[in-house]
Amino acid sequence: MTSSLRMLNLCLGFAISCAAQSVHPVGNIFKPQATPAESVYHLSLLVMAVCAAIFLVVAGLLTFTIVRFRRRREDDGHEPAQVYGSNRIEVAWTVIPVLIVLVLTMATARVVIAIQNKRAPTGALQVTVIGHQWWWEIRYEGLRIVTANELHVPVSTASKPALTFLKLESADVAHSFWVPQLSGKTDLIPNRTNTMWIDPRQEGTFLGNCAEYCGMQHANMLLRVVVQSPEDFEKWTAAQRLDATSDSHVEAARAMFLSLSCVNCHTVSGTSASGTFGPDLSHLMSRANLGSGVIPNTSENLRAWVKDPQEIKPGNLMPNMQLNARELDEVVAYLSSLK
Amino acid sequence: MTPTIAIEQTEWTLPDRGRAGVVCLIATEFALFTIFLVAYVFYIGKSLTGPTPSQVLELPIWPTVCLLSSSITVGIAERALKGNRMQRFMVWTAVTILLGAEFLRQTALEWHHLIKACHLTITTNLFGTTFYSLVGLHASHVILGLTLLLLTLGLGQRGSMYGQTRRFELLAWYWHFVDAVWVAVFTVVYVVGR
Amino acid sequence: MATTTYIADTLGKTEALPVPSKLHEWIVTVDHKRLGMMYIATSLFFFAVAGVLAALMRAQLAFPNGKVLPPDVFNRLFTVHGTTMVFLVGMPFFAGLANYLVPLMIGTRDMAFPRLNAFGYWMFLFGGLLLYFSYIAAEGLAGHGTAPDVGWFAYAPLTERAFSRGTSTDYWILSIIVSGIGTTASAINVIVTIISMRCKGMTFARMPLFVWLMLVISAMVIMALPPLTAAQAMLLLDRYLGAHFFDTQAGGSAILWQHFFWLFGHPEVYILVLPGFACVSEIIPVFSRKPIFGRAAMIGATVAIGFVSVSVWAHHMFAVGMSPMSNVFFAASTMLVGIPTGIKIFNWLATMYGGKLRFDTPMLFCVGFLFQFLIAGLTGIMLAAAPFNWQLTDSYFVVAHFHYTLIGGMLFALFGGLYYWFPKATGKMLSESLGKWHFWLLVIGFHMTFDPLHFAGLLGMPRRIYTYAAGRGWEGLNLVASIGVIFQAAGVACLIWNIVRSLRKGAPAGNDPWDAWTLEWATTSPPAEYNFVTLPEVRSSRPLWDLKHPEDPDYRYE
Repeated sequence: MTSSLRMLNLCLGFAISCAAQSVHPVGNIFKPQATPAESVYHLSLLVMAVCAAIFLVVAGLLTFTIVRFRRRREDDGHEPAQVYGSNRIEVAWTVIPVLIVLVLTMATARVVIAIQNKRAPTGALQVTVIGHQWWWEIRYEGLRIVTANELHVPVSTASKPALTFLKLESADVAHSFWVPQLSGKTDLIPNRTNTMWIDPRQEGTFLGNCAEYCGMQHANMLLRVVVQSPEDFEKWTAAQRLDATSDSHVEAARAMFLSLSCVNCHTVSGTSASGTFGPDLSHLMSRANLGSGVIPNTSENLRAWVKDPQEIKPGNLMPNMQLNARELDEVVAYLSSLK
Repeated sequence: MTPTIAIEQTEWTLPDRGRAGVVCLIATEFALFTIFLVAYVFYIGKSLTGPTPSQVLELPIWPTVCLLSSSITVGIAERALKGNRMQRFMVWTAVTILLGAEFLRQTALEWHHLIKACHLTITTNLFGTTFYSLVGLHASHVILGLTLLLLTLGLGQRGSMYGQTRRFELLAWYWHFVDAVWVAVFTVVYVVGR
Repeated sequence: MATTTYIADTLGKTEALPVPSKLHEWIVTVDHKRLGMMYIATSLFFFAVAGVLAALMRAQLAFPNGKVLPPDVFNRLFTVHGTTMVFLVGMPFFAGLANYLVPLMIGTRDMAFPRLNAFGYWMFLFGGLLLYFSYIAAEGLAGHGTAPDVGWFAYAPLTERAFSRGTSTDYWILSIIVSGIGTTASAINVIVTIISMRCKGMTFARMPLFVWLMLVISAMVIMALPPLTAAQAMLLLDRYLGAHFFDTQAGGSAILWQHFFWLFGHPEVYILVLPGFACVSEIIPVFSRKPIFGRAAMIGATVAIGFVSVSVWAHHMFAVGMSPMSNVFFAASTMLVGIPTGIKIFNWLATMYGGKLRFDTPMLFCVGFLFQFLIAGLTGIMLAAAPFNWQLTDSYFVVAHFHYTLIGGMLFALFGGLYYWFPKATGKMLSESLGKWHFWLLVIGFHMTFDPLHFAGLLGMPRRIYTYAAGRGWEGLNLVASIGVIFQAAGVACLIWNIVRSLRKGAPAGNDPWDAWTLEWATTSPPAEYNFVTLPEVRSSRPLWDLKHPEDPDYRYE
């Protein structure tokens, strides 16, 4: 479709999906919705207050000096008093900043330890997130769920706290997991396992980005954290654990799909498709977006993506498979059935 | 206030340019070697496959003796040059070069053994990567030093080394630095890392 | 008296350097003044080029889902923009200032190693051309003829062969190694010149602050550049000989690259900004008509910055997953290094306090520098608090912070220096009114662009993205930021026009247009090739003040 139509489609789709799923699209770090982000927020208030005070004093003095000591028109041309310095003043404005640094360091240390040394309570949800160029693989090891790009977690309430612990790994280059309202960012680095945790307090979908330049489509490696009520989360996990639908209506379409080389990269549970290079497609239709957040998951977009992913996300690692019209129809029909 | 002493009476001597320059050069090279040493230490024991240092490395006693005594011989040559004893200078410079060349020959033999018999190359594992790069970086500095020493030998042959004590001293300082680096490399690679 | 004769001899009696009409003279020159001007002119040229690259990026980011540039072009732009600004603008500007002014300020005839000086310049130029040659000759992922696209700090393993095919990354590596050799040569030259060639009576305590800063910067260069060179050599070994330094599949560590790079990278940003401090430390006293407040403290603070700056590098790596102890250590050391910098700001302020401030263009730029660098330092404190950093790092907040330090701080100060010393180097004054247009247009444009970007970062906008969706809260901020570019470009255009016009018909400057106090103002404008007829002798840190005020010389108080 033409680029202006696609632009319209993107914006509309974005707006619609936002409204429908109570999406929180603006990741304001000063509106934390989970404990790690909140600890950071409180620390940031202290730091910014100190910085603001320093700014007011120094900039104020600077402004005063500029106004008070500018050379007047009627100046007599004599040089002013040549003052070389004052040891006492030097000591004063060394000691005070050192004290400020001491206070800030202690405040910083407290938050660092609180966030980084958090032990996972028994029963905490454990999820492994593996960064790929340019999508997120998400594995719920205990629940045997594998999905992509959307992290579903239960909401944490005072009466029923629910922490989610994430193990962060990478299959290729360095990435970074950043959902500002939930936590500061932590990198995903190959040959290294990092950990972080979140306990979101508000239901809805929080948007995030990969925050470490990882190549061509770094900009479109988008992240969604879907925070659900415990009941909804139960329903979601139950649906995700099932094998992909084996609906007889799409028998022919499935056969077509399995005969193409899609299976080399993608997994569909309960079938012979077990490729791991690309995202797991078993419950593709349960996701809000395609291509790691690039386009909303509509039937039109799905067709466009399968037809030529390079047109939508140039440089991404799914090539144009050069499907003919019939293959395309069948594949899209099959994928559309994977709820 | 007491009047200051007139400037004309005080001596005004500043450090020699060449010495200051070589010290700076040594400082920057020191930083360079430190990074390669750090990389070596960082990767000790981290190779995913063999061979390991203890399996294939032997203490290079003879090459070390050669290189370290070449520091002594270059000092003798330096003193000879200062006393304008050109024959003695040429002899001891030649001895230094031979000792350095023997060090390189031993390195070449070691590498040949490691590659052909032990199948250790720069691509084999992390040990291979860090070993060859660190020892190779040092060896390249030895080659450079030997080249410059050969140059002074050639210049001495033509009688152009008279009065060049200062310049030869700077070269000797560089050579001492290269030897000191070998002490560090030897300790890290053949003693600590094995 | 010996000290007066050198001025009398230079006044009107000696010939100014004839502007070489033949290109050949410029190519073979080893004269520190010519090489200094070549460094600065080339650096300004690369500045304009990198500025155009930035303007293109801002055009792409002005609106969400921008279609001005495809992703691969954008990614190359930010890589080459950053690499150019750091290695081909900032470092050579330092080399140019040092090479031109240090011999004049310490009362000698040339640098310690004039031929090494020329070598350094040509290596820098060649390295720069090599980087841009990649646009024509390199091979990258998206076809032939592509420049590097790995970001200016080129994290592994994105730069390994598996993820950066072709030769574009190799051009990045080689161009920096080559120009780095030139910069190291320059730095050694500066150190040796300062140590070994000061005029009689100029003890270290009596050296101008500018010279002190150049000494510390050069020491930082020779110690900080090797980690980068080493890391790049290791990367080349990985890419061409199959080594595994940063090959994570073979057990290598991606973090090791980051450690080595930032071991270089953090001192590097001080290397970039300290020349600005050097200019400011000379300009503010002259335009306040007072000596610098707390000379000893300023020197101590400079040396402290030099030492402490090598202990803070991992504050670029807070999100990497280091231990809590490491994070706290680097947070503390980073905040500590802000203290000597703060002390300098206080001392500059105290120099102005009680003075008689003249707001000619050099001083205007210094005042802009003071306000803006203060803000930059404070956002730096915010970034130093590690948990706050977890939100701010790799976002547009950091982009805004470092552009504040580099443009608002370094560039403003260097422009001040340019207006201050241009008359000395060329014998012509730059136009004051064009200078003021330059200043105010740049202030407006700079703030329009970079103030909003702080907020984009606070609202979750990450770095190095070629586009963004609508509805994230970033549209208005990016639009304003992009419009600011127009004003900045207009300001720089004023500067270029000012330079061109003044070279042709600027007012004659005379030896000492600003009534200043350091030795370079005792020569003609431009200085003779040999600088001084007789080498001067000094008794204080302001030798010309002593000459102009024999009833109240500095050496009575120092």
